Amino acid sequence: MMSKNVTRTLLSSMRGISSSPRLNYPQSSVSASKREREVIKSRELEKDELRPLYMDFQATTPMDPRVLDTMLPYQVNYYGNPHSRTHAYGWESEAAMEKARKQVADLIGADPREIVFTSGATESNNMSIKGVARFYKAKKKHVITTQIEHKCVLDSCRVLESEGFEVTYLPVKSNGLIDLQQLDETIRPDTSLVSVMTVNNEIGVKQPIKEIGHICRSKNLFFHTDAAQAIGKIPINVSDLKVDLMSISGHKIYGPKGVGALYVRRRPRVRIEPLQSGGGQERGLRSGTVPTPLAVGLGAACELAQQEMEYDHARVSVLANRLVQKIMSEVPDVVMNGDPEQRYPGCINLSFAYVEGESLLMALKDVALSSGSACTSASLEPSYVLRAIGADEDLAHSSIRFGIGRFTTEEEVDYTAEKCIQQVRRLREMSPLWEMVQEGVDLKSIKWTQH
Amino acid sequence: MDFRSSIPAAPVLSLYRRLLKESRSFPPYNYRTYALRRVRDAFRENRSVEDPKALEQLLNKACDSLAIIQRQVSIRKMYETQQTVVEPEPKNL
Repeated sequence: MMSKNVTRTLLSSMRGISSSPRLNYPQSSVSASKREREVIKSRELEKDELRPLYMDFQATTPMDPRVLDTMLPYQVNYYGNPHSRTHAYGWESEAAMEKARKQVADLIGADPREIVFTSGATESNNMSIKGVARFYKAKKKHVITTQIEHKCVLDSCRVLESEGFEVTYLPVKSNGLIDLQQLDETIRPDTSLVSVMTVNNEIGVKQPIKEIGHICRSKNLFFHTDAAQAIGKIPINVSDLKVDLMSISGHKIYGPKGVGALYVRRRPRVRIEPLQSGGGQERGLRSGTVPTPLAVGLGAACELAQQEMEYDHARVSVLANRLVQKIMSEVPDVVMNGDPEQRYPGCINLSFAYVEGESLLMALKDVALSSGSACTSASLEPSYVLRAIGADEDLAHSSIRFGIGRFTTEEEVDYTAEKCIQQVRRLREMSPLWEMVQEGVDLKSIKWTQH
Repeated sequence: MDFRSSIPAAPVLSLYRRLLKESRSFPPYNYRTYALRRVRDAFRENRSVEDPKALEQLLNKACDSLAIIQRQVSIRKMYETQQTVVEPEPKNL
């Protein structure tokens, strides 16, 4: 068992250092997922086994009890379809839906008529990117986005490319922020949309949305932002930030899973070609029955987020500082990915040199963590976000993302930091690369030979 | 509590104690610690509010919160699961 771990660590760290040719995407993902099934086996917890701590708040968040309390009456008693216009069941359901719409609109400083309920931020992203691009495709064929966007945005852009659009993927600087000068130069007269996410889900950097909004407004094109990770955590006002389209996700702000919203500006009007056809609900932009209990939950979560924003932000910053200080003071050669100032404090991505990420995750089995985002965690490729910010291959393989949220306690943070320090030390002691570094050998000057 | 305010201290204190007692019976660790912490901080923050209208509003909110906590505690007790690793005493088998 021990020797298997050692060989695996050796092989994987060597794989990181030597420039082996990468297989193309489909092949590598199939073989990688087969290998992944061997590395971290999923299994159910035993009856009396203690549950791990949850430190993965960027993947999803537990529902706040107050949100569940608001949703239950609509699951149990008031079950009418909000679009039924002829009886009390429909009217009360519709009233609840409109109240929820107002709550969501208040959080971002919008008008309730500008909010469309969807099934999540992925659907909102698809709707806005494909919808805007296709509506204006007669005259405008260019779309701009960044390299560190969420997979759904990048995939929608790939679909647009196959339909004949031109997409520019802006690179980011090594701190994760985009270069405003470069954005300005990339904008062409036939650009219809710029899409930049507010807070990145893997490294937590906060993009300069206000400045980008200003640039887009001055050049008369639409600005879409994926604010799933930012809503309810940092103050957002769509008129201040000059944003035309914004995606909101329910399960990132302590609300239910399966619901989200899209903000679509009315003045100046943004026209979208709808993705889902049907009975014309939600102003014709997204047909389909609005799930009243989920929408009510989203509204309650947004209202709570607005009330608790300051309190949560102060707490999360204190806890995040505590975690980072503890780990970085005890363990050398740790790099924090992303800009240290322009970030949301609750998302910390640390790279531990000379330790492999997967083996560290396996060692920290009492804490629920992830390396990279949930969408990319199935393949063993390092996350594309880390590659885009220019992290070294070996550091990209050994990154772990810590998420801190409303419900995290000091004991959890201390426990995580202790375990992390302990396991990193243990794994480094087993690593021959670490021994070489201790002896003063410069790893980059070594010529590795293939066997 | 501030004795110059028109609402006497005793009902406020009893509400506070009841809130803390209910919060302590939340089975899940994260919700329990959050409820205790939030109740304490909210009462501490509003310690010197004097305006009777504002006080009444806050007290109503506290009563609603008590009802919410009571309902949610009974739901969580119906669906119990294992304890987390940082909890002090392990459950008896």
